[in-house]
Amino acid sequence: MIVPVFEVRDVTYRYHEVTALDGLNLTIMPGERVALLGANGSGKSTLLSILDGLCFPEKGSVAFQGEPLTENRLGGEVEFDFRRRVALVFQNPDVQLFNPTVFDEVAFGPLQLQWPKEKIRLRVNEILEQMEIAHLKDRSPHHLSTGEKKRVALASVLILDPEVLLLDEPTAALDPKSESQMIDFLVSCSGGRKTVVTATHDLDLVEDIADTCHVFQRGCIVAAGAPSEILNDHALLLGTNLIHAHRHAHASGEFHSHPHRHGHGH
Amino acid sequence: MTRGRENLRGVVERTLASFVDALEHAFYAEELAKENGVLQKLDPRVKIVAILPLILIAALARRLWVVAALFVIAVAVAMLSKVPLRMLAKRVWLGVLTFTGLISLPALFLTPGQAIYTLPFFGRSVTAQGLRIGVCLIMRAETAATFSVLLVLCTPWSSLLKALRVLRLPMVLVVILGMTYRYIFLLLRNAHDMFKSRKSRTVGRLDGREQRRAATASAGVLVSKTLQLSGEVYLAMRSRGFQGEVYVLDEFRTGWFDWVMLAVFVTVAILAFWFGR
Repeated sequence: MIVPVFEVRDVTYRYHEVTALDGLNLTIMPGERVALLGANGSGKSTLLSILDGLCFPEKGSVAFQGEPLTENRLGGEVEFDFRRRVALVFQNPDVQLFNPTVFDEVAFGPLQLQWPKEKIRLRVNEILEQMEIAHLKDRSPHHLSTGEKKRVALASVLILDPEVLLLDEPTAALDPKSESQMIDFLVSCSGGRKTVVTATHDLDLVEDIADTCHVFQRGCIVAAGAPSEILNDHALLLGTNLIHAHRHAHASGEFHSHPHRHGHGH
Repeated sequence: MTRGRENLRGVVERTLASFVDALEHAFYAEELAKENGVLQKLDPRVKIVAILPLILIAALARRLWVVAALFVIAVAVAMLSKVPLRMLAKRVWLGVLTFTGLISLPALFLTPGQAIYTLPFFGRSVTAQGLRIGVCLIMRAETAATFSVLLVLCTPWSSLLKALRVLRLPMVLVVILGMTYRYIFLLLRNAHDMFKSRKSRTVGRLDGREQRRAATASAGVLVSKTLQLSGEVYLAMRSRGFQGEVYVLDEFRTGWFDWVMLAVFVTVAILAFWFGR
Protein backbone atom coordinates (compact mmCIF):
# COMPACT_ATOMS: atom_id res chain seq x y z
CA MET A 1 0.00 0.00 0.00
CA ILE A 2 1.36 3.43 -0.98
CA VAL A 3 1.48 5.85 1.94
CA PRO A 4 0.38 9.42 1.05
CA VAL A 5 3.05 12.13 1.34
CA PHE A 6 0.56 14.41 3.07
CA GLU A 7 -2.80 13.59 4.55
CA VAL A 8 -4.74 16.66 5.73
CA ARG A 9 -7.87 15.92 7.74
CA ASP A 10 -10.51 18.50 8.80
CA VAL A 11 -7.89 21.20 9.24
CA THR A 12 -8.99 24.58 10.54
CA TYR A 13 -6.59 27.51 10.99
CA ARG A 14 -7.38 31.09 12.06
CA TYR A 15 -5.40 34.32 12.07
CA HIS A 16 -7.05 36.02 15.04
CA GLU A 17 -10.68 36.45 13.84
CA VAL A 18 -10.05 35.51 10.20
CA THR A 19 -10.54 31.87 9.24
CA ALA A 20 -7.82 30.94 6.72
CA LEU A 21 -8.62 27.21 6.48
CA ASP A 22 -12.01 25.78 7.37
CA GLY A 23 -12.27 22.00 7.82
CA LEU A 24 -9.95 21.28 4.89
CA ASN A 25 -9.31 17.73 3.61
CA LEU A 26 -6.57 16.87 1.12
CA THR A 27 -4.43 13.87 0.24
CA ILE A 28 -1.22 14.17 -1.77
CA MET A 29 0.41 11.02 -3.11
CA PRO A 30 4.15 10.50 -3.78
CA GLY A 31 5.30 11.93 -7.14
CA GLU A 32 2.02 13.79 -7.60
CA ARG A 33 2.11 17.27 -9.13
CA VAL A 34 -0.60 19.32 -7.46
CA ALA A 35 -1.79 22.86 -8.14
CA LEU A 36 -3.63 24.74 -5.42
CA LEU A 37 -5.73 27.33 -7.25
CA GLY A 38 -7.49 30.21 -5.59
CA ALA A 39 -7.80 33.96 -5.40
CA ASN A 40 -5.75 35.98 -2.91
CA GLY A 41 -6.66 35.17 0.69
CA SER A 42 -8.28 31.82 -0.13
CA GLY A 43 -5.93 29.89 2.21
CA LYS A 44 -3.34 28.45 -0.22
CA SER A 45 -0.26 30.00 1.44
CA THR A 46 -1.49 29.02 4.90
CA LEU A 47 -1.86 25.42 3.77
CA LEU A 48 1.71 25.46 2.38
CA SER A 49 3.01 26.78 5.72
CA ILE A 50 1.18 23.98 7.52
CA LEU A 51 2.53 21.36 5.09
CA ASP A 52 6.04 22.76 5.75
CA GLY A 53 5.59 22.45 9.52
CA LEU A 54 5.90 26.22 10.06
CA CYS A 55 2.47 26.60 11.63
CA PHE A 56 0.10 24.04 13.04
CA PRO A 57 -3.69 23.67 12.72
CA GLU A 58 -6.05 24.73 15.43
CA LYS A 59 -8.28 21.75 14.67
CA GLY A 60 -7.79 18.61 12.59
CA SER A 61 -4.61 16.75 11.76
CA VAL A 62 -1.80 16.61 9.22
CA ALA A 63 0.31 13.53 8.56
CA PHE A 64 3.58 13.41 6.63
CA GLN A 65 4.30 9.96 5.19
CA GLY A 66 1.96 8.40 7.70
CA GLU A 67 3.47 10.14 10.76
CA PRO A 68 1.65 13.01 12.50
CA LEU A 69 3.14 16.44 11.74
CA THR A 70 2.84 18.23 15.06
CA GLU A 71 4.81 20.91 16.90
CA ASN A 72 5.80 18.48 19.64
CA ARG A 73 7.10 15.94 17.19
CA LEU A 74 9.22 18.39 15.18
CA GLY A 75 12.58 19.20 16.75
CA GLY A 76 16.09 17.80 16.72
CA GLU A 77 16.75 14.88 14.37
CA VAL A 78 13.09 14.52 13.30
CA GLU A 79 13.04 18.16 12.16
CA PHE A 80 16.41 17.82 10.35
CA ASP A 81 15.05 14.81 8.48
CA PHE A 82 11.78 16.60 7.65
CA ARG A 83 13.59 19.77 6.44
CA ARG A 84 15.81 17.66 4.19
CA ARG A 85 12.79 16.02 2.58
CA VAL A 86 10.34 18.94 2.35
CA ALA A 87 11.22 22.42 1.06
CA LEU A 88 9.15 25.57 0.63
CA VAL A 89 9.82 28.44 -1.77
CA PHE A 90 8.13 31.54 -0.34
CA GLN A 91 6.10 33.93 -2.46
CA ASN A 92 8.18 36.96 -1.43
CA PRO A 93 11.83 36.15 -2.23
CA ASP A 94 13.04 38.93 0.11
CA VAL A 95 11.75 36.85 3.00
CA GLN A 96 13.85 33.90 1.94
CA LEU A 97 17.09 35.74 1.14
CA PHE A 98 18.85 36.80 4.34
CA ASN A 99 22.51 35.98 3.71
CA PRO A 100 25.22 38.39 2.54
CA THR A 101 25.93 36.69 -0.79
CA VAL A 102 24.13 34.39 -3.22
CA PHE A 103 26.71 31.66 -2.51
CA ASP A 104 26.07 31.89 1.26
CA GLU A 105 22.34 31.89 0.63
CA VAL A 106 22.41 28.63 -1.33
CA ALA A 107 24.84 27.09 1.20
CA PHE A 108 22.62 28.01 4.20
CA GLY A 109 20.32 24.95 4.09
CA PRO A 110 23.08 22.32 3.70
CA LEU A 111 25.08 24.02 6.50
CA GLN A 112 22.10 23.75 8.84
CA LEU A 113 21.76 20.07 7.95
CA GLN A 114 25.50 19.69 8.63
CA TRP A 115 26.57 18.31 5.30
CA PRO A 116 30.35 17.87 4.85
CA LYS A 117 31.81 21.25 3.86
CA GLU A 118 33.50 20.04 0.67
CA LYS A 119 30.22 18.54 -0.51
CA ILE A 120 28.46 21.86 0.21
CA ARG A 121 30.98 23.87 -1.87
CA LEU A 122 30.70 21.40 -4.75
CA ARG A 123 26.89 21.24 -4.72
CA VAL A 124 26.45 25.01 -4.39
CA ASN A 125 28.59 25.57 -7.50
CA GLU A 126 26.70 22.83 -9.36
CA ILE A 127 23.25 24.19 -8.51
CA LEU A 128 24.29 27.76 -9.36
CA GLU A 129 25.44 26.55 -12.80
CA GLN A 130 22.26 24.52 -13.25
CA MET A 131 20.06 27.53 -12.42
CA GLU A 132 22.22 29.79 -14.63
CA ILE A 133 23.06 32.13 -11.76
CA ALA A 134 26.74 31.23 -11.25
CA HIS A 135 27.72 34.78 -12.30
CA LEU A 136 25.72 36.14 -9.34
CA LYS A 137 27.40 34.05 -6.63
CA ASP A 138 29.31 36.92 -4.99
CA ARG A 139 26.46 39.42 -5.31
CA SER A 140 24.28 40.48 -2.42
CA PRO A 141 20.83 38.82 -2.91
CA HIS A 142 18.82 41.94 -2.14
CA HIS A 143 20.49 43.83 -4.99
CA LEU A 144 19.19 41.37 -7.61
CA SER A 145 16.15 41.71 -9.88
CA THR A 146 12.93 39.93 -8.81
CA GLY A 147 13.49 37.20 -11.42
CA GLU A 148 17.05 36.59 -10.19
CA LYS A 149 15.89 36.59 -6.56
CA LYS A 150 13.25 33.96 -7.35
CA ARG A 151 15.87 31.77 -9.01
CA VAL A 152 18.22 32.15 -6.04
CA ALA A 153 15.34 31.29 -3.69
CA LEU A 154 14.56 28.18 -5.76
CA ALA A 155 18.27 27.22 -5.90
CA SER A 156 18.51 27.59 -2.12
CA VAL A 157 15.94 24.83 -1.65
CA LEU A 158 16.72 22.65 -4.68
CA ILE A 159 20.26 22.13 -3.36
CA LEU A 160 18.75 20.00 -0.61
CA ASP A 161 17.23 17.77 -3.32
CA PRO A 162 13.95 17.55 -1.39
CA GLU A 163 11.42 14.81 -2.09
CA VAL A 164 8.61 17.36 -1.74
CA LEU A 165 8.74 20.86 -3.20
CA LEU A 166 6.18 23.41 -2.02
CA LEU A 167 5.97 26.52 -4.20
CA ASP A 168 4.05 29.65 -3.29
CA GLU A 169 3.18 31.75 -6.36
CA PRO A 170 6.47 30.95 -8.12
CA THR A 171 5.78 33.24 -11.10
CA ALA A 172 4.25 36.20 -9.25
CA ALA A 173 5.71 39.62 -10.17
CA LEU A 174 8.01 38.22 -12.87
CA ASP A 175 8.54 39.79 -16.28
CA PRO A 176 7.61 37.55 -19.26
CA LYS A 177 11.18 36.30 -19.85
CA SER A 178 11.81 35.50 -16.18
CA GLU A 179 8.38 33.86 -15.96
CA SER A 180 9.16 31.67 -18.96
CA GLN A 181 12.54 30.67 -17.45
CA MET A 182 10.90 29.91 -14.12
CA ILE A 183 8.26 27.71 -15.78
CA ASP A 184 11.03 25.81 -17.61
CA PHE A 185 12.80 25.20 -14.28
CA LEU A 186 9.58 24.10 -12.61
CA VAL A 187 8.70 21.74 -15.45
CA SER A 188 12.17 20.18 -15.28
CA CYS A 189 11.86 19.89 -11.46
CA SER A 190 8.42 18.36 -11.58
CA GLY A 191 9.24 15.94 -14.37
CA GLY A 192 11.16 13.63 -12.04
CA ARG A 193 10.33 11.76 -8.88
CA LYS A 194 9.54 14.83 -6.77
CA THR A 195 6.16 15.63 -5.32
CA VAL A 196 5.46 19.24 -6.30
CA VAL A 197 2.70 21.33 -4.71
CA THR A 198 2.25 24.76 -6.30
CA ALA A 199 -0.04 27.46 -4.96
CA THR A 200 -0.95 29.85 -7.74
CA HIS A 201 -3.65 31.87 -9.41
CA ASP A 202 -1.72 31.90 -12.70
CA LEU A 203 -3.93 29.56 -14.73
CA ASP A 204 -1.52 29.48 -17.68
CA LEU A 205 1.04 27.74 -15.48
CA VAL A 206 -1.23 24.93 -14.36
CA GLU A 207 -1.20 22.53 -17.31
CA ASP A 208 2.61 22.60 -17.44
CA ILE A 209 3.26 21.86 -13.79
CA ALA A 210 0.28 19.92 -12.41
CA ASP A 211 -1.62 16.67 -12.88
CA THR A 212 -4.26 17.54 -10.28
CA CYS A 213 -5.86 20.85 -9.33
CA HIS A 214 -7.62 21.78 -6.11
CA VAL A 215 -9.66 24.97 -6.21
CA PHE A 216 -9.77 26.99 -2.98
CA GLN A 217 -12.39 29.41 -1.80
CA ARG A 218 -12.58 30.91 1.69
CA GLY A 219 -10.40 28.21 3.23
CA CYS A 220 -12.18 25.23 1.67
CA ILE A 221 -11.56 23.11 -1.41
CA VAL A 222 -14.59 23.60 -3.65
CA ALA A 223 -13.46 21.49 -6.62
CA ALA A 224 -10.71 19.08 -7.61
CA GLY A 225 -9.78 17.40 -10.86
CA ALA A 226 -7.46 17.27 -13.84
CA PRO A 227 -6.23 20.67 -15.13
CA SER A 228 -8.20 20.39 -18.40
CA GLU A 229 -11.37 19.65 -16.45
CA ILE A 230 -10.93 22.57 -14.04
CA LEU A 231 -9.73 25.09 -16.62
CA ASN A 232 -12.74 24.45 -18.86
CA ASP A 233 -15.24 25.00 -16.05
CA HIS A 234 -15.75 28.74 -16.56
CA ALA A 235 -18.58 28.95 -14.03
CA LEU A 236 -16.28 27.52 -11.34
CA LEU A 237 -13.36 29.81 -12.25
CA LEU A 238 -15.63 32.84 -12.35
CA GLY A 239 -17.24 31.93 -9.02
CA THR A 240 -13.86 31.54 -7.32
CA ASN A 241 -12.48 34.82 -8.77
CA LEU A 242 -9.83 33.03 -10.84
CA ILE A 243 -11.16 34.70 -13.99
CA HIS A 244 -13.19 37.84 -14.38
CA ALA A 245 -15.38 39.58 -16.93
CA HIS A 246 -14.30 42.91 -18.32
CA ARG A 247 -14.96 45.09 -21.34
CA HIS A 248 -12.55 44.95 -24.22
CA ALA A 249 -12.39 45.53 -27.97
CA HIS A 250 -12.19 42.78 -30.60
CA ALA A 251 -10.49 43.14 -33.98
CA SER A 252 -13.88 43.90 -35.54
CA GLY A 253 -14.06 46.99 -33.33
CA GLU A 254 -16.91 45.52 -31.29
CA PHE A 255 -16.83 46.19 -27.52
CA HIS A 256 -18.28 43.63 -25.13
CA SER A 257 -17.78 42.02 -21.70
CA HIS A 258 -17.14 38.32 -20.85
CA PRO A 259 -14.92 36.21 -18.54
CA HIS A 260 -11.24 36.11 -19.42
CA ARG A 261 -8.07 34.13 -18.93
CA HIS A 262 -4.99 36.02 -19.96
CA GLY A 263 -2.20 33.86 -21.32
CA HIS A 264 1.13 33.95 -23.07
CA GLY A 265 -0.36 32.79 -26.34
CA HIS A 266 1.85 29.72 -26.64
CA MET B 1 6.94 75.84 -0.09
CA THR B 2 10.06 77.98 0.25
CA ARG B 3 13.26 77.02 -1.50
CA GLY B 4 14.98 76.51 1.86
CA ARG B 5 12.34 74.00 2.96
CA GLU B 6 12.49 72.21 -0.38
CA ASN B 7 16.24 71.89 0.02
CA LEU B 8 15.78 70.60 3.55
CA ARG B 9 13.32 67.94 2.38
CA GLY B 10 15.73 66.97 -0.40
CA VAL B 11 18.54 66.66 2.13
CA VAL B 12 16.43 64.43 4.42
CA GLU B 13 15.49 62.21 1.49
CA ARG B 14 19.04 61.96 0.16
CA THR B 15 20.42 61.34 3.64
CA LEU B 16 17.95 58.51 4.30
CA ALA B 17 18.63 56.95 0.89
CA SER B 18 22.41 57.20 1.23
CA PHE B 19 22.22 55.90 4.82
CA VAL B 20 20.27 52.82 3.74
CA ASP B 21 22.59 52.27 0.80
CA ALA B 22 25.79 52.73 2.81
CA LEU B 23 24.57 50.46 5.61
CA GLU B 24 23.52 47.76 3.19
CA HIS B 25 26.82 47.90 1.35
CA ALA B 26 29.06 48.19 4.38
CA PHE B 27 27.31 45.86 6.80
CA TYR B 28 24.99 43.59 4.90
CA ALA B 29 27.04 42.95 1.76
CA GLU B 30 30.10 42.61 4.07
CA GLU B 31 32.35 44.27 1.53
CA LEU B 32 34.84 45.47 4.16
CA ALA B 33 34.96 42.01 5.74
CA LYS B 34 36.36 40.71 2.43
CA GLU B 35 39.25 43.24 2.37
CA ASN B 36 42.80 42.10 3.02
CA GLY B 37 43.42 44.17 6.16
CA VAL B 38 44.86 43.45 9.60
CA LEU B 39 41.56 42.80 11.38
CA GLN B 40 40.16 40.80 8.45
CA LYS B 41 43.11 38.40 8.66
CA LEU B 42 42.47 37.59 12.32
CA ASP B 43 40.51 34.58 13.53
CA PRO B 44 37.07 35.93 14.64
CA ARG B 45 37.54 34.41 18.13
CA VAL B 46 40.85 36.27 18.52
CA LYS B 47 39.23 39.47 17.30
CA ILE B 48 36.49 39.27 19.94
CA VAL B 49 38.93 38.41 22.75
CA ALA B 50 41.26 41.22 21.62
CA ILE B 51 38.71 43.99 21.02
CA LEU B 52 36.04 43.45 23.71
CA PRO B 53 38.41 44.37 26.61
CA LEU B 54 39.45 47.52 24.73
CA ILE B 55 35.78 48.54 24.35
CA LEU B 56 35.20 48.03 28.07
CA ILE B 57 38.38 49.83 29.12
CA ALA B 58 37.66 52.75 26.76
CA ALA B 59 34.20 53.08 28.30
CA LEU B 60 35.51 52.99 31.89
CA ALA B 61 38.90 54.79 31.75
CA ARG B 62 39.10 57.89 33.95
CA ARG B 63 42.04 59.66 32.34
CA LEU B 64 41.37 61.61 29.18
CA TRP B 65 44.83 60.99 27.68
CA VAL B 66 44.34 57.21 28.01
CA VAL B 67 41.00 57.41 26.18
CA ALA B 68 42.58 59.67 23.54
CA ALA B 69 45.44 57.19 23.09
CA LEU B 70 42.95 54.34 22.66
CA PHE B 71 41.08 56.42 20.10
CA VAL B 72 44.31 56.97 18.13
CA ILE B 73 44.96 53.20 18.26
CA ALA B 74 41.40 52.55 17.00
CA VAL B 75 41.99 54.95 14.08
CA ALA B 76 45.32 53.25 13.29
CA VAL B 77 43.62 49.81 13.36
CA ALA B 78 40.90 51.17 11.04
CA MET B 79 43.53 52.40 8.58
CA LEU B 80 45.43 49.10 8.72
CA SER B 81 42.13 47.28 8.12
CA LYS B 82 41.32 49.44 5.06
CA VAL B 83 38.20 50.92 6.66
CA PRO B 84 37.66 54.37 5.06
CA LEU B 85 38.05 57.08 7.73
CA ARG B 86 35.59 59.27 5.83
CA MET B 87 32.92 56.57 6.27
CA LEU B 88 33.74 56.20 9.98
CA ALA B 89 33.55 59.99 10.41
CA LYS B 90 30.20 60.31 8.63
CA ARG B 91 28.47 57.18 9.89
CA VAL B 92 29.95 56.73 13.38
CA TRP B 93 31.83 59.69 14.82
CA LEU B 94 29.30 62.35 13.77
CA GLY B 95 26.35 60.33 15.09
CA VAL B 96 28.05 59.52 18.40
CA LEU B 97 29.17 63.16 18.76
CA THR B 98 25.60 64.37 18.26
CA PHE B 99 23.95 61.97 20.72
CA THR B 100 26.68 61.98 23.38
CA GLY B 101 27.10 65.74 22.94
CA LEU B 102 23.42 66.27 23.75
CA ILE B 103 23.67 63.99 26.79
CA SER B 104 26.82 65.66 28.10
CA LEU B 105 25.64 69.23 27.44
CA PRO B 106 24.15 69.79 30.94
CA ALA B 107 27.44 68.67 32.55
CA LEU B 108 29.23 71.67 30.98
CA PHE B 109 27.10 74.06 33.02
CA LEU B 110 26.09 72.06 36.07
CA THR B 111 29.53 70.78 37.16
CA PRO B 112 30.95 73.08 39.83
CA GLY B 113 34.37 74.58 39.08
CA GLN B 114 36.28 77.38 37.44
CA ALA B 115 34.17 79.32 34.91
CA ILE B 116 35.87 79.64 31.53
CA TYR B 117 33.03 81.06 29.40
CA THR B 118 29.70 82.68 30.22
CA LEU B 119 26.76 82.44 27.82
CA PRO B 120 25.68 85.97 26.81
CA PHE B 121 21.89 85.75 27.38
CA PHE B 122 21.38 82.90 29.85
CA GLY B 123 24.00 83.93 32.37
CA ARG B 124 25.19 80.31 32.74
CA SER B 125 28.92 79.53 32.76
CA VAL B 126 30.81 76.64 31.24
CA THR B 127 33.25 75.32 33.81
CA ALA B 128 36.67 73.81 33.09
CA GLN B 129 35.72 70.71 35.10
CA GLY B 130 32.39 70.41 33.23
CA LEU B 131 34.15 70.73 29.88
CA ARG B 132 36.62 68.01 30.87
CA ILE B 133 33.79 65.65 31.89
CA GLY B 134 31.91 66.38 28.65
CA VAL B 135 34.97 65.80 26.45
CA CYS B 136 35.87 62.64 28.37
CA LEU B 137 32.32 61.25 27.93
CA ILE B 138 32.33 61.99 24.20
CA MET B 139 35.82 60.52 23.72
CA ARG B 140 34.88 57.34 25.63
CA ALA B 141 31.77 56.89 23.49
CA GLU B 142 33.63 57.62 20.24
CA THR B 143 36.43 55.17 21.09
CA ALA B 144 34.14 52.36 22.25
CA ALA B 145 31.89 52.86 19.19
CA THR B 146 34.88 52.86 16.81
CA PHE B 147 36.24 49.57 18.20
CA SER B 148 32.73 48.01 18.11
CA VAL B 149 32.08 49.10 14.54
CA LEU B 150 35.53 47.87 13.43
CA LEU B 151 34.80 44.47 14.95
CA VAL B 152 31.48 44.21 13.07
CA LEU B 153 32.69 45.74 9.78
CA CYS B 154 35.77 43.55 9.50
CA THR B 155 34.12 40.21 10.33
CA PRO B 156 31.48 38.33 8.34
CA TRP B 157 28.37 38.45 10.53
CA SER B 158 27.84 34.68 10.56
CA SER B 159 31.50 34.18 11.65
CA LEU B 160 31.04 36.72 14.42
CA LEU B 161 27.95 34.89 15.67
CA LYS B 162 29.69 31.54 15.49
CA ALA B 163 32.69 32.96 17.38
CA LEU B 164 30.34 34.25 20.09
CA ARG B 165 28.87 30.75 20.38
CA VAL B 166 32.38 29.25 20.59
CA LEU B 167 33.07 31.74 23.40
CA ARG B 168 30.04 30.31 25.24
CA LEU B 169 27.53 33.11 24.67
CA PRO B 170 24.08 31.45 25.15
CA MET B 171 22.36 30.32 21.95
CA VAL B 172 19.24 32.40 22.65
CA LEU B 173 21.33 35.61 22.80
CA VAL B 174 23.12 34.76 19.56
CA VAL B 175 19.79 34.08 17.81
CA ILE B 176 18.36 37.38 19.11
CA LEU B 177 21.50 39.18 17.90
CA GLY B 178 21.23 37.57 14.48
CA MET B 179 17.54 38.42 14.09
CA THR B 180 18.10 42.00 15.33
CA TYR B 181 20.76 42.48 12.71
CA ARG B 182 18.43 41.34 9.95
CA TYR B 183 15.58 43.37 11.50
CA ILE B 184 17.57 46.63 11.28
CA PHE B 185 17.96 46.25 7.52
CA LEU B 186 14.30 45.43 7.04
CA LEU B 187 13.35 48.42 9.17
CA LEU B 188 15.60 50.77 7.20
CA ARG B 189 14.49 49.39 3.83
CA ASN B 190 10.81 49.65 4.82
CA ALA B 191 11.34 53.18 6.16
CA HIS B 192 12.97 54.20 2.90
CA ASP B 193 10.17 52.66 0.79
CA MET B 194 7.47 54.26 2.95
CA PHE B 195 9.19 57.64 2.68
CA LYS B 196 9.22 57.37 -1.13
CA SER B 197 5.62 56.15 -1.24
CA ARG B 198 4.42 58.99 0.98
CA LYS B 199 6.33 61.56 -1.04
CA SER B 200 4.78 60.31 -4.28
CA ARG B 201 1.28 60.84 -2.85
CA THR B 202 1.86 64.16 -1.08
CA VAL B 203 0.83 67.27 -2.96
CA GLY B 204 1.57 70.62 -1.39
CA ARG B 205 2.77 71.18 2.12
CA LEU B 206 1.37 69.65 5.33
CA ASP B 207 1.14 71.82 8.41
CA GLY B 208 3.04 70.86 11.57
CA ARG B 209 0.13 69.00 13.18
CA GLU B 210 -0.59 66.96 10.05
CA GLN B 211 3.10 66.17 9.65
CA ARG B 212 3.30 64.89 13.23
CA ARG B 213 0.15 62.80 12.76
CA ALA B 214 1.49 61.32 9.49
CA ALA B 215 4.86 60.59 11.12
CA THR B 216 3.21 58.82 14.08
CA ALA B 217 0.98 56.75 11.80
CA SER B 218 3.95 55.86 9.57
CA ALA B 219 6.05 54.79 12.57
CA GLY B 220 3.27 52.46 13.76
CA VAL B 221 2.74 50.91 10.34
CA LEU B 222 6.51 50.60 9.87
CA VAL B 223 6.99 48.65 13.10
CA SER B 224 4.01 46.42 12.36
CA LYS B 225 5.15 45.68 8.76
CA THR B 226 8.72 45.05 9.79
CA LEU B 227 7.71 42.75 12.64
CA GLN B 228 5.59 40.71 10.25
CA LEU B 229 8.37 40.51 7.67
CA SER B 230 10.91 39.64 10.35
CA GLY B 231 8.65 36.81 11.54
CA GLU B 232 8.43 35.51 7.99
CA VAL B 233 12.23 35.65 7.64
CA TYR B 234 12.51 33.50 10.77
CA LEU B 235 10.04 30.98 9.30
CA ALA B 236 12.06 30.93 6.05
CA MET B 237 15.22 30.22 8.08
CA ARG B 238 13.45 27.48 10.02
CA SER B 239 12.09 26.02 6.78
CA ARG B 240 15.67 25.40 5.70
CA GLY B 241 16.66 23.66 8.92
CA PHE B 242 17.68 26.56 11.21
CA GLN B 243 17.32 25.51 14.85
CA GLY B 244 19.29 28.29 16.53
CA GLU B 245 22.85 27.05 16.08
CA VAL B 246 25.18 29.03 13.78
CA TYR B 247 27.19 27.19 11.14
CA VAL B 248 29.70 28.69 8.70
CA LEU B 249 31.49 27.22 5.73
CA ASP B 250 34.97 28.41 6.73
CA GLU B 251 36.76 26.72 9.63
CA PHE B 252 38.34 28.93 12.31
CA ARG B 253 42.13 28.60 12.30
CA THR B 254 44.62 30.44 14.48
CA GLY B 255 48.16 31.05 13.22
CA TRP B 256 51.24 32.94 14.45
CA PHE B 257 49.78 36.26 13.22
CA ASP B 258 46.70 35.78 15.41
CA TRP B 259 48.81 35.10 18.50
CA VAL B 260 51.13 38.09 17.83
CA MET B 261 48.18 40.44 17.33
CA LEU B 262 46.41 39.02 20.39
CA ALA B 263 49.55 39.70 22.45
CA VAL B 264 49.70 43.28 21.11
CA PHE B 265 46.01 43.96 21.86
CA VAL B 266 46.19 42.39 25.33
CA THR B 267 49.31 44.46 26.15
CA VAL B 268 47.53 47.64 25.04
CA ALA B 269 44.47 46.66 27.12
CA ILE B 270 46.59 46.00 30.25
CA LEU B 271 48.49 49.31 29.86
CA ALA B 272 45.24 51.25 29.23
CA PHE B 273 43.61 49.59 32.25
CA TRP B 274 46.64 50.37 34.46
CA PHE B 275 47.08 54.01 33.45
CA GLY B 276 43.36 54.70 33.06
CA ARG B 277 42.39 53.67 36.63
